[in-house]
Formats: sequence, structure tokens, C-alpha cells
Amino acid sequence: MIRKITLSAIAALGLAAVPALAAETGEGHIEDHAFSFEGPFGTYETFELQRGLQIYTEVCAGCHGLRYVPIRTLGDEGGPHLPEDQVRAYAAFYEVEDAETGEFRTAEPNDHFPMSALENAPDLSLMAKARAAFHGPYGTGISQFFRGIGGPEYIRAILTSYTGEEREQAGTIFYENTAFPGGWIAMPPPLIEEGVTYEDGTTASVEQQAEDVAAFLMWAAEPKLNARKETGFVAVLFLILLGVLLYLTNKRIWMPIKKKGIHPAE
Amino acid sequence: MAGIPHDHYEPKTSSESWLYRRLPIVGLLYDTLMIPTPKNLNWMWIWGIVLTFCLLLQIGTGIVLAMHYTPHVDMAFASIEHIMRNVNAGHMIRYAHMNGASLFFFAVYLHIFRGLYYGSYKEPREVTWIIGILIFVLMMGTAFMGYVLPWGQMSFWGATVITGLFGAIPLVGEPIQTLLLGGPAVDNATLNRFFSLHYLLPFVIAALVAVHIWAFHTTGNNNPTGVEVRRDSKEVAEKDTVPFWPYYVLKDLFALAIILAIFFAVVGFMPNYLGHPDNYIEANPLATPAHIVPEWYFLPFYAILRAFTADVWVVIIADFVTGGIVDAKLFGVLAMFGAIVVMALAPWLDTSSVRSGRYRPMFKWWFWLLVVDFVVLMWCGAQPAEPPYSTIALIASTYWFAYFLVILPLLGVMEKPLPRPATIEADFDAHYSETGGTHTAVNPAE
Ligand code: HEC
Ligand code: HEM
Repeated sequence: MIRKITLSAIAALGLAAVPALAAETGEGHIEDHAFSFEGPFGTYETFELQRGLQIYTEVCAGCHGLRYVPIRTLGDEGGPHLPEDQVRAYAAFYEVEDAETGEFRTAEPNDHFPMSALENAPDLSLMAKARAAFHGPYGTGISQFFRGIGGPEYIRAILTSYTGEEREQAGTIFYENTAFPGGWIAMPPPLIEEGVTYEDGTTASVEQQAEDVAAFLMWAAEPKLNARKETGFVAVLFLILLGVLLYLTNKRIWMPIKKKGIHPAE
Repeated sequence: MAGIPHDHYEPKTSSESWLYRRLPIVGLLYDTLMIPTPKNLNWMWIWGIVLTFCLLLQIGTGIVLAMHYTPHVDMAFASIEHIMRNVNAGHMIRYAHMNGASLFFFAVYLHIFRGLYYGSYKEPREVTWIIGILIFVLMMGTAFMGYVLPWGQMSFWGATVITGLFGAIPLVGEPIQTLLLGGPAVDNATLNRFFSLHYLLPFVIAALVAVHIWAFHTTGNNNPTGVEVRRDSKEVAEKDTVPFWPYYVLKDLFALAIILAIFFAVVGFMPNYLGHPDNYIEANPLATPAHIVPEWYFLPFYAILRAFTADVWVVIIADFVTGGIVDAKLFGVLAMFGAIVVMALAPWLDTSSVRSGRYRPMFKWWFWLLVVDFVVLMWCGAQPAEPPYSTIALIASTYWFAYFLVILPLLGVMEKPLPRPATIEADFDAHYSETGGTHTAVNPAE
């Protein structure tokens, strides 16, 4: 008990407090994975995002949507960074409802990805930020501090943790999945060995596909990650420098005051 | 009480005199900036500047967010994504506002505990203290309503749970709840009024901050010894004080730079660490999240709210005595607000004539236990309301009340305080003199 309290005390006072956490009960086991974009210096890998986009398009898009992601952002630096003509050609794969006429038409780069095609398949735009793989220990948030919240790990784990067991309940088939809370998910295993052919020649194992699509979905959820870290880095460096200068100035002006008997007015 | 004697602004040029006779604003600013400040303030006196900065940061980022945000249940969530993806620097502004609220509360808690340790709430600073508590309550209201705006799952369900509390108040509760929500449940009307109030309240806070500063500029700052500045003459006062500019301005700015470096590391490298993943799922009135957890800064009070369940004997007695009016739900609500009220009453509950905890050997222990208690409550608030957490929360909540209602009044009578330095100057010189001096006043626990 004492240890729990000290741990939370450290987390709360030292690291600016305990984040709100779900309890650990009933959640699947998820392994940590070193994604390229983790840590203060991590960034997205363009090729990985492109492979992930391919998986998303060829596999996930059949059921899921990305309603908050504008198609044009596929061309952004720090993202999949497709050339403009490819973005245009990519958009033409999709049909979207025109906001003004209400009719379906071929999508353009300025449109968003379509919504989920399958009603009970959730939209994936923010999935990588809407799930946590790591909790605790004891509700302190320490493991999230070191490993990250773990949305991409969660997605990767969901895609690779099928056991092959199935069962039917009220007309729906559920698949056993050790990463999914509750253990049974309504999504059939979407990935198969060599189910896609990567243009860059990477072997399309299920693990590789899962990792790539998880990275892509992280980009979809947090497209400004590279820029954000850069800004953060500049800001921290600038503030430390400013801090040092202020420290020296402060020390200097206080010096005469701190010497006994010498008064500022003198 | 007259202020600490010091040099006042004198208009020097004819145009200054012209303005001075009509509006002495330059004089006001000058006197505020040059206010004599005890020269022995330690690093716990920096949080005021951090708090002022936080308020400006929240107003600055908030105004930009409000330009791109849409307060409508069908569009709010999407408009946040629009800010995050399309608005120039929108992601930084939003993350700064989100984490700015956390920094704000982190600073206010340290500021409050500083006041509790050094007895800053005591005579003659009661008004400063009460206004501070008012600011804290308004901050909680502002942050609560702000958290509803992105219209995620936690926004919606947090709003449902917290506004539901008002329903527990007899007679007036339900009309108040309906007024707050603009209807029977959290819906578009709620989102609209929360947006309006979320924009308004920070400016009310700003006004109260001005009064807060006015109040403690009238009494003078407290300091780690709790010994008052000597006011016999300007010369004597100057032995105990330095002018705020440049001495404390530079010290505070240095501290602010370091704190902001940490703040921007959080914003830049882990902006969602303090948030809840469920708030990236759009609000859905039909799907209740497994655990509804408020933001970390509400957790201690949330724990107190949930601690007093129907099987606790004080609740049973209250229920019986009031003929069922004060049931467990209302008791919880009263306890939560009561936890802040007892804090507000500290100036009258603390009977000790010694201000600073530094010279109160018994008080010190109870104080640090209160700090631990606060952290334990925070932790309990994030746990499910079931044993053993509920039991721990109950004990911790009880201590919170016991500290203010029993321990503070009794200690003043029972405790034998340590000798205090005669003057601030003596304390300062003992600390800094090169010849050594007597170091008795320096407390390793600080
Ligand atoms: C055959 C349709 C289908 C395909 C293809 C599909 N999914 Fe799903 N997915 C679903 C359904 C249905 C659910 C809802 C499962 C549930 O809640 O039990 C789901 C849920 C999910 C979830 C959320 C799990 C949770 O925590 O709620 C993720 C993440 C996910 N899918 C990722 C993917 C990815 C990545 C792909 C592509 C590699 C993919 N899906 C392909 C149908 C599909
Ligand atoms: C006391 C100062 C303030 C505090 C503590 C505060 C707190 C918050 C919090 C906690 C959120 C939710 C952040 C999130 O999870 O997304 C929020 C959102 C918001 N606030 Fe404030 N705020 C303050 C001042 C202001 C001001 C002055 C404005 C407007 C001028 C403003 C405008 C907004 C808007 C538009 C949002 C929705 C955007 C978003 O959620 O990011 N805020 N605020």
C-alpha cells in the first residue's frame, strides 16, 4: 500500500500528475512496439506510411472510413507525401456525397475520405488516439509516461492477436482476439500472409502489414506530429537559453542584496 | 492597515503632471511595480506569476480557438479536427490550451498549499485568501465547461454526471439543473451555454485576479517567516524589503522560463498524456464509457464526492436526522463543496498565533500529511468506486475535513511554537551572511 502511495506521489508531484485512466480490469494483453515516431525525436517514415496507406486502401477501406482526414493531406510533407498527381488519382478511387447537391460523385483531393461502409465498423480517423494499450501500474500513469499511451500498439495488437476461434451470437460471428477487451471481436481477421504486394518489395507478413497500417493510422490521427515535435524542440531550447540568461541576470542583481549589510538604496 | 512606507510616483515632466491630475494611471502602475516586497521570499512565491501567465495563455489561445470552433452538437467534434488539421498552427494552439489548463491547476494547487504552509491566509490576509478561493472555484467551472466543448465521450458523460449532481439538491436542484442544461439532458442547448460561459468566466477571473493583487498589495506579501515587514519608517521598511522591480520580476521570469520549458516539452512531445483517450471518440448519448473519469485536477474532489456512500455511518445519521432529505447523493455533493468551504474558512479555523509552519513543530507533520492526503485522493478519484479504493477514499476524505475542522483549531492551543526571528532582515542575513550567522531558522523540510 505504502508503495502504491509513494508511486502515485512521485507521479503526481514529479511528472505533473496522474492522468485519468481506465481500470486495468478485463483488458487484453498488448505488447510494446518501437514505432519510428515514438520519443521526442521520433518522426514518421514516409515509406512506412505509404505501405500503411496501401493496406488501408486495399483491406480496411472495405469496411472502415476516415471521415476526418482530407485526401489532399496525403501529399503533405511529414505524411505519406504522395506527389500531387498521385493524390488526384488516389482521390478518384472514391465516391463521396457532394455537400451541396447531395448526389454522389467522384472524390477530389479537397474531399475527405468516405465514412465507414459497414455500419458497425468504427471510423478509424482518430482510432490511434482513442485507444490506450498501457495503463497503470496502479492507476499512476507511469507506464504511459515511459511507453506512450499506445494507440498504435493497440491497433497492431488487434490485427495480430486472433486465435482462430469463432463463435456465433445473435446472428453475428465473433472472432477470438486476445488484445480486444472482452476477448471476442466482430471484425473478421482482416490481414493474411502476403495478402498485399508491396511496391517497395517489403515482405508482406501479417506483422509487417499490421505495423505499417498502425503507423498510417497514427498519422491519420495526428498528421502534425513531426511539426509539433519540431516546434516543441525549438521552444524548449529557446526557453532553456532564456532561462540561463535570466538566471545569470537574477544572480547578478541580487548579489549586493545578499551580501550582509549592503542595502539596495546604498 | 496602511501600506508599507515607500517612495511614490512623482510626475516629472509637465505632460506627466497633466495626465496625473486627470488620471493617475502611470502612478498606479509605478506603485504596483515598485511595491516593497519582503526580501526573503523563497521559490514557492513564484506561482503567482505562473498563474497570471496561465490566465493570459488561456485567454490568448482560447480567443483563436473560438474563431474556428463551432458550438453545435453535430459540428463541434469535427470543428476541433478542423483546428487540428487545417488551421495554421491550430494543433499547437489547441494543445497549448488543453495542457495550459493542466499547468494552471498544477500551479494553483502549489500556490494554495504554499499559503496553507506559511499561514498566508491569516490575519490580515483573509480577504486575499477568500478571493483566491473564489478564483479557484471559477477556474474549476471554466475548465469543466471547456472540457465539454470538444464534444467527445468524456465531455458528454462528464457533463452528464456533474450536472446530474445538482439534481440531488432538494426543491431547487432540478430547476437549477434544467436551467444549466437548457433542457432535460445534455444537448445542443447545453453546449451553447457552456461555450458562452467558458468565454465569459476567464474575464471574471481576470477581474478577481486584479482584486486579489490589490488586496495583498494593501497588506503586503507574507513571507517564509510569517514575520511582518517593519513599517516604522521608509528606512526601516527598506531593511526588510526590496522593490518588486527588478528583483522579483527577474526571479519570477527565470522560474517561468524553466516551467515553460517543461510545459512545452509536454505540449511538443506528449500532448495527450494528461488527457483521456475516450475524448477522441465523438459524444454518443447511447454508449456509456466503461469508466467516467474527470481530468486529473478534479480527481481529489471527485474522490470526496464518491467517498460518502449510503453505508457510511455519518451518511446514515444525516439521512435519519433530516428525514431522508440528505441522502448519500446529496451528502456527497455537500462533502465536495464542503471540502472547498473548509479551506476557505482556514483563517478562522486556525487558532495559532504563529503564522509560518516553519516555527510550528507539530503543525508541520499534519500539513505534510495533508499533502499526501491530497495525492491519495487524486489517485482514488481515478480508481473505480469499489473496495479497497472506496475505503481509502473515505479515510482520505475524512482526514481532509479533520485537518481543517479539528486539527487546525486544536493545534493552536496545544502546540508550543519555536522562536521566530525578530525581523525579516535577521532571517535574510542569517541565511546569506558570509560570516555564517545563526542558521536556526532554515528548515530542511522546505
Ligand atoms: C470485414 C469488415 C472489416 C474489415 C475489412 C476491417 N475491419 Fe476493423 N472492424 C470491423 C468491425 C465490424 C469492427 C467492430 C468490432 C467490434 O466492435 O466488435 C472493427 C473494429 C476495428 C477496430 C476497433 C477495435 C476497438 O477497439 O473497438 C480497429 C482498430 C480496426 N477495426 C482496425 C482495422 C484495420 C486496421 C483494418 C485493415 C487492416 C480493418 N479493421 C479491417 C470490420 C472490419
Ligand atoms: C481560465 C481560463 C481557461 C481554462 C482553465 C480553460 C480550459 C479549457 C479546457 C480544459 C478545454 C478543453 C480542451 C480539450 O480537451 O480539448 C477548453 C476548450 C476550449 N476553450 Fe478554454 N479555458 C480557459 C479560457 C478560455 C478562453 C478565454 C476562451 C475564449 C476566448 C476559451 C475557448 C475555448 C474553446 C473555443 C475551446 C474548445 C476547443 C478545444 O477543446 O480545444 N478558453 N478550455
